[in-house]
Amino acid sequence: MNVWIAIGVTVLGCYAVKLAGLLVPAGALERPVVKRLAALLPVALLAALTAQQTFADGQTLVLDARAAGLGAAAVALMLRAPFLLVVAAAVVVTAGVRAMGAG
Amino acid sequence: MVDRTALRDTGTGGKADRAVVRDALGVGVAVGLSGFAFGVTSAGSGLTLLQTCALSLLVFTGASQFALVGALAAGGSPFTAAAGAFFLGVRNAFYGLRLSQLLALPRAVRPFAAQWVIDETAAVALAQPTRRTARIGFFATGLTLYVLWNLTTLLGALGAEAIGDTDAWGLDAAGPAVFLALLAPMLRTGTERAVAGLAVLLGLGLLPVLPAGVPVLLAALAAPVVLWADGRRNRQEGGA
Repeated sequence: MNVWIAIGVTVLGCYAVKLAGLLVPAGALERPVVKRLAALLPVALLAALTAQQTFADGQTLVLDARAAGLGAAAVALMLRAPFLLVVAAAVVVTAGVRAMGAG
Repeated sequence: MVDRTALRDTGTGGKADRAVVRDALGVGVAVGLSGFAFGVTSAGSGLTLLQTCALSLLVFTGASQFALVGALAAGGSPFTAAAGAFFLGVRNAFYGLRLSQLLALPRAVRPFAAQWVIDETAAVALAQPTRRTARIGFFATGLTLYVLWNLTTLLGALGAEAIGDTDAWGLDAAGPAVFLALLAPMLRTGTERAVAGLAVLLGLGLLPVLPAGVPVLLAALAAPVVLWADGRRNRQEGGA
């Protein structure tokens, strides 16, 4: 049940902000500080999420095979690999490190 | 002379149309296929097939979906989990704001087009030189991505049941890799890197001491903090 509540709230919230952008008069969100903040918020959230989903196990910080996978993704990004290859690199390296018995 | 001009116009128009469709398909296919990773991650986090597919059909903004299932798997409450997903979705409002002027859609179409206002459709549409190619780019990217994302979500969720322990296959690394791939192009200046660095410190530092989901929301404070510090420094430099 809790999951459905979370899904319902997310569906409504995410659709509302998409629609708001298309419907809001252009002036309303055009203040420079608002635009800057809107550009920086996803940076903060994505960085925090990347770190947590790589280094967290529940509420404990851990260093395991996922860190190697994320490193592989970072290398793929620096080599300008396409999106799918970046994700694949992370998955394959993580699985590989686990298969070797580490992490 | 007139004929040649007309011919050249239609010629470049046709070529531009094809080029934008090709761009749209490239983005739509590459990102659409990663719905598989979402399906696997979501099913691996304990969501049912129906819940997983409902997210892709109705939320349709990848980072928010990954964040939601990640927070639920970590034991977050439904509201902190949804709040994290929502804040990640807020950027779509700003894409919509720019797209509404560029695409100039009729009011009746906007509620339907809204569901497709995401990173990828905005990126393709905003890169176009004309309204016509922007519209083609938006709808071609949106359609390809929506269809593929939902199909591969279904396949991923079914596949997760078939392959059993998704962690053994390294699939728990897909979520963070997706986040990193979305984040990397945003790290252009020192300000963005400072925000990312501070957010990582906050997200990891608060994780052991606060309930699941809350540290990510507090990490979002990195954005206003760095913005404020930037503004202060600029004023000081301006005054000196």
